[in-house]
Amino acid sequence: MSNGSDTAHESLHPNRLGQWRSLDELAGTPEFEALLQREFPERAAEWLDPVGRRAFLQLMGASLALAGLTSCSSPPSHTIVPYAKAPEDLVPGKPLFYATAFAQGGIGTGLLVESHMGRPTKIEGNPQHPASLGATDAFAQASILSLYDPDRSQTVTNGGQITTWKAFVAALTSRLAGSSGAGLCILTETVTSPTLAWQIRQLMAKYPQATWVQYDAISRDAVRQGSRLAFGEVINTVYRVERAEVVVTLGAEFLAAGPGHVRYARDFFARRRVEAAPLNRLYAVDSTPTLTGAMADHRVTVRQQDMEAIAWAFAGALGVPEAAAISASMPQAAWVAAAARDLKAHQGASLVVPGDEQPPIVHALAHAINRALGNVGQTVIYTDPIEADPADQMASLTALVANMRAGQVQTLLILGSNPVYTAPADLRFAEALDKVPFRVHLSLEADETSARCQWHLPEAHYLEAWGDVRAYDGTTTIQQPLIAPLYDGHSAHELLAVLQGDGPQDGYDIMRAYWQTRLSGEFERAWRTALHDGVVGGTALPPKTPGWKPSFAPAAQPAQVFEIIFRPDPTIWDGRFANNGWLQELPKPLTKLTWDNAALFSPATAERLGLQNEDVIELALGGHSVQAPVWILPGHPPDSVTVHLGYGRTRAGRAGSGIGFNAYLLRKSTALWSAGGVEIKKTGRALQLASTQHHQTMQGRNPVRVGTVEELKKDPHVIAEMGEAPAKDETLYPPVTNEGYRWGMAIDLGACLGCGACVAACQAENNSPVVGKEQVLLGREMHWIRVDRYYAGGPDAPETLHQPLLCQQCENAPCEPVCPVGATVHSQEGLNDMVYNRCVGTRYCSNNCPYKVRHFNFLQYSSDQPTLRLLNNPNVTVRSRGVMEKCTYCVQRINAARIRSKEDGQPIKDGEVVTACQGACPSQAIAFGNLNDPVSKVSKWQASARNYGLLAELNTRPRTTYLARLRNPNPELEKA
Amino acid sequence: MTTTATPEPSPVIGPGYNYGSITDKISLIVLTGNTPLSWFAGFAVSFAMLQLLQLAVVWTLLFGVGTWGINIPVGWGFAIVNFVWWIGIGHAGTLISAILLLFRQQWRTSINRFAEAMTLFAVSCAGLFPLIHMGRPWFGYWLFPIPNTMGIWPQFRSPLVWDVFAVSTYATVSLLFWYVGLIPDLGTLRDRARHRLTKIAYAMLALGWRGSARHWHRYETAYLLLAGLATPLVISVHSVVSFDFAAGIIPGWHTTIFPPYFVAGAIYSGFAMVLTLMIPLRWLYRLEDFITTRHLRYMANVMLATGLIVGYGYVMEAFTVWYSGNPYESYMLLNRLTGPYAPAYWALLLCNLVIPQLLWSDRVKACVPLLFGISLVVNVGMWLERFIIVITSLHRDFLPSSWGMYSPTWVDWGLYIGTLGLFLTLLFLFIRVLPMISIFEMRTLVPTAPAPAPAPQPTPAAGD
Repeated sequence: MSNGSDTAHESLHPNRLGQWRSLDELAGTPEFEALLQREFPERAAEWLDPVGRRAFLQLMGASLALAGLTSCSSPPSHTIVPYAKAPEDLVPGKPLFYATAFAQGGIGTGLLVESHMGRPTKIEGNPQHPASLGATDAFAQASILSLYDPDRSQTVTNGGQITTWKAFVAALTSRLAGSSGAGLCILTETVTSPTLAWQIRQLMAKYPQATWVQYDAISRDAVRQGSRLAFGEVINTVYRVERAEVVVTLGAEFLAAGPGHVRYARDFFARRRVEAAPLNRLYAVDSTPTLTGAMADHRVTVRQQDMEAIAWAFAGALGVPEAAAISASMPQAAWVAAAARDLKAHQGASLVVPGDEQPPIVHALAHAINRALGNVGQTVIYTDPIEADPADQMASLTALVANMRAGQVQTLLILGSNPVYTAPADLRFAEALDKVPFRVHLSLEADETSARCQWHLPEAHYLEAWGDVRAYDGTTTIQQPLIAPLYDGHSAHELLAVLQGDGPQDGYDIMRAYWQTRLSGEFERAWRTALHDGVVGGTALPPKTPGWKPSFAPAAQPAQVFEIIFRPDPTIWDGRFANNGWLQELPKPLTKLTWDNAALFSPATAERLGLQNEDVIELALGGHSVQAPVWILPGHPPDSVTVHLGYGRTRAGRAGSGIGFNAYLLRKSTALWSAGGVEIKKTGRALQLASTQHHQTMQGRNPVRVGTVEELKKDPHVIAEMGEAPAKDETLYPPVTNEGYRWGMAIDLGACLGCGACVAACQAENNSPVVGKEQVLLGREMHWIRVDRYYAGGPDAPETLHQPLLCQQCENAPCEPVCPVGATVHSQEGLNDMVYNRCVGTRYCSNNCPYKVRHFNFLQYSSDQPTLRLLNNPNVTVRSRGVMEKCTYCVQRINAARIRSKEDGQPIKDGEVVTACQGACPSQAIAFGNLNDPVSKVSKWQASARNYGLLAELNTRPRTTYLARLRNPNPELEKA
Repeated sequence: MTTTATPEPSPVIGPGYNYGSITDKISLIVLTGNTPLSWFAGFAVSFAMLQLLQLAVVWTLLFGVGTWGINIPVGWGFAIVNFVWWIGIGHAGTLISAILLLFRQQWRTSINRFAEAMTLFAVSCAGLFPLIHMGRPWFGYWLFPIPNTMGIWPQFRSPLVWDVFAVSTYATVSLLFWYVGLIPDLGTLRDRARHRLTKIAYAMLALGWRGSARHWHRYETAYLLLAGLATPLVISVHSVVSFDFAAGIIPGWHTTIFPPYFVAGAIYSGFAMVLTLMIPLRWLYRLEDFITTRHLRYMANVMLATGLIVGYGYVMEAFTVWYSGNPYESYMLLNRLTGPYAPAYWALLLCNLVIPQLLWSDRVKACVPLLFGISLVVNVGMWLERFIIVITSLHRDFLPSSWGMYSPTWVDWGLYIGTLGLFLTLLFLFIRVLPMISIFEMRTLVPTAPAPAPAPQPTPAAGD
């Protein structure tokens, strides 16, 4: 509407004169329909047919998107600052890197985003950011795909009709004009953004009766409540894992998920390298198998309902005053006692970490134990909360729903979150939402919540918009956009500015307005520095010493019941990544499932219930039921079932809708993470699940070699002697020397967490296609690096071993002599090169590869989708049907380094070439470099006593070698 | 027919034939105007199967080999199984024509023409698979050493390149051998054809054969030379095919026993296929006098002998596994015996090793339906053998994490059944337009004593 005095409602009706001045005025009118019929007569029938009309809108959206694409190669209109060593101009083939941050659960990880000619193509960690130090997780890696997701919401819609931001602004302002905010509610996810919080506070000042509710489906309410139990206030806990010699986790996945996990993994595994330092020791109590627990030297699994007792037992054994009366009597008592003795022996250098999903009392007890051990200030740092408002999210959401149902909410703005899908089933959020007269939803996708709101607003992706976010320790990053919005998207900042009545404002101006007074020193300089570095200096929260005000006591233990455990999905989180093909196809670290979630049972429980993999069962709880396929997970606690949230989406997009089951339907607001009394019924049906690994044991072949610190000390050859490798001179051929560079890789299995960040990074770097569930079922996934997961020991308490497997770049590569057209050959520097152009696709190389790391384009997998083509790395060939492909050691990065070195006249330095997998690895488990350089990191690793070549007995002479995993068991427990 | 072993072998031709009656009988199968209904029925079925091949090939070319059941780790599936099977079947022809000729085995005369034709058709079927199994078949010519400006040259260390040479040489020599052997008979057909067009067609094919002494001399020399050339090919082709596997490092492939074992297997399956086809044909066309029980017995004996060699191969494979102590090899054997494809392995042992032992009995060899049954069993067994070698070796190799399964799709089956259709279609056309038994060579079998009487059987209705 160009005329501000018109109301939104009026704009929906035709002008008296039958004229129209703007498209939005015309939208939804009979005239518009008539026009469309005239314009597109062949679609006229579809327009009348409701289904066809949807299809038409999609087509129209797509064509609008194409129109939008014409502008997408232009950089954002404001000055953003390249990270380092900016080439003078944009040079094709030369990427620029910009610092920004990725937020999950409101908590940021610093990134450097690679941009080719204005298109962001690859995400790296920001080495200057404390939560990243250069590494990322799989979510951050894959978040770039969401930017280019062809199913992203592209236009403002009102009641399903395409309209404009202008129309929305008019409707909203007319609604709020003169209001004091009564009945206005803003629902956000967890907010750590200082600017957003500032904006909301301003808004609250303008509309004093308005309310602000935060809700994250993967909430940290228990953490906050636990902190209140211990300190009477909400305190943020930061761990200094690198200082801890003994770590005990209580159901914590702190190395692979949650605030700061990328940093924690790095710090933790820095203490797992026998060459560098004495090993730390990890004890894990798991209530469902975790990746952290899989790395433990000692692990026990208990049901979540027993976790409190375990925590009390630790507290009792460690002299926590509140637990003085506790005498441990559970079956794990001896184990707890031994672990507690070990903790006690390392006072001030030990650490107890509770899991975010554990009940508040466990958190409170962990605080008490860390306090009793003198860890506070050493391995545990307390700070003020990083959330702008550390409220109890579930309580405020429950109150909001009650208000909505009572008709007290007139205007609801939902920013980013998808509560219709993620709210616990007992709240009946969707039903209550319908009672709100004016509902607005700002989101990346037109999702379940959008469908229940009149107004849907497309949100700008974080790579398209200005914003800011705090990390686990409070460090703030100003997020810069890498590209102007591909579609008609705006950020929450921009929407709130409109709400504030300041008129449309640009995110850039909002950011600058907030930071104008808050950056130290001269503003422009400080602003540029903050953008350049990706961190705002001095924003890390200072340590604080909260008062100890315990308000908890031992309670009677509830009766033992069969338990259901809810957890975020390891690859699609709370469901927001459901339409992200990379994450859907990223095998879930422990189950190796793709494209589905499952009900996870321990082998013993499954046997008792007569369940087998892929049986479909009905899980019923509190009047709700879902049908879920069974997956048996060794190491799962007995008498419980784990379900992952995030699946069963109905409006996620083409990739994510209609797959898996919706575990939120069983979730109650009072029991977010576990609940008793679940009923299990067999349905007699089965559902094929696409797992990428079908055999879980090593069959006595020991591809993963495991030793203990003691064994290695006693005999340095113990690892090498676990297999036999032929001597290099046992050949009739002259030795091949690679003069100059001799590239090699070493992977430390002791440091591999199995998280899959490397897989996602490789997929992003090397333009690997997504193939879909059907093709995964056929065994045709295209990941150049996979993480194998083996179990050793009994099925109920197995040892879980991870092994990333990529092309081993064998010096005697079995794939090379069998290729009839010479499409795979050795380079001068010892790489096993794949010549796509020459490949005719006989697949003989793959058959003859003992590692099976080659992947074949059985069908036309690479996408022609216009937005997805923007994502491609221009330095890597996009492979077509019928061609073999495999890991190249990121040869494009080697070549880029070579070009730089030739320009500089300097040889390539160690660490200058970082492969995609290596760069992403949170635990720094991969070393890559020049083996001709005796002091390179990879040379040193390969000289380690832990070094061995996988299947070296075949005389393949792999260039990639592995460092055996070392355990550091407690002798006291090891004997038992 | 007598079933007792007689010191004097039963004749290779029925009694009472003279030159004229032999020529009449064989050439009239071709030059008749009354094609039997059974021919039409057989041809219709075969031709329908051929259409399935067409559909499956077009499907494969349109969408890619992803329409098959292959995957990683099982990169080769039905296509290679069928390739090896068809090549093996092709072996009997050359063996019968060349090696038995050199050994002066007269009994080969009545089956060699047919066996050679079978070879050609089997090689045609086999040759299709390496081409369409490629990811990008339109670049199939890159496997040939064709000088070009693209810098493309075959990589001669690859057994697949050796395959190209072995199979194409084999196909060429087999074609020449077969065609040269046909020339005198084509002359006969030209002379006896009534219809003008038929006459012209056979005349052109006969290359001016007039049966002069000089022609016969040159013919004999050429035929002998070709036989000499073809003989080593019998050994080489399947040895080279076996290198596709033996040169690999996969347990179950990496075996030095493969070349002789493959050659024996090829001859085994080739003879089985000759029996499978000959037995119904001699019954349909009443050729019992030309293809006698003695022929059948000899072929059964070859089958038994080669079957025993193949069996020896199985035993030695197992022995080597045990003797080497290699854990990967041991697992390979264990997996064949007890793994997911164990039924196929046990069926293979039953078909190739156990049932053919019936052939020790002369009574079994004299029972034609039973012989037919055994030949079918051996064909199935040899197909299973290739399936076991290709699939079970690949599906579980070194690293348990990469293990997988293979199951064929409709396209895989379509290609297999379709090539059977191609093979049978060609065979039906062959028996309709060319003499399936060498007329002039059969005439040499007529005892030199003057024939007492004309052939007893009724002459087929005079054709045009």
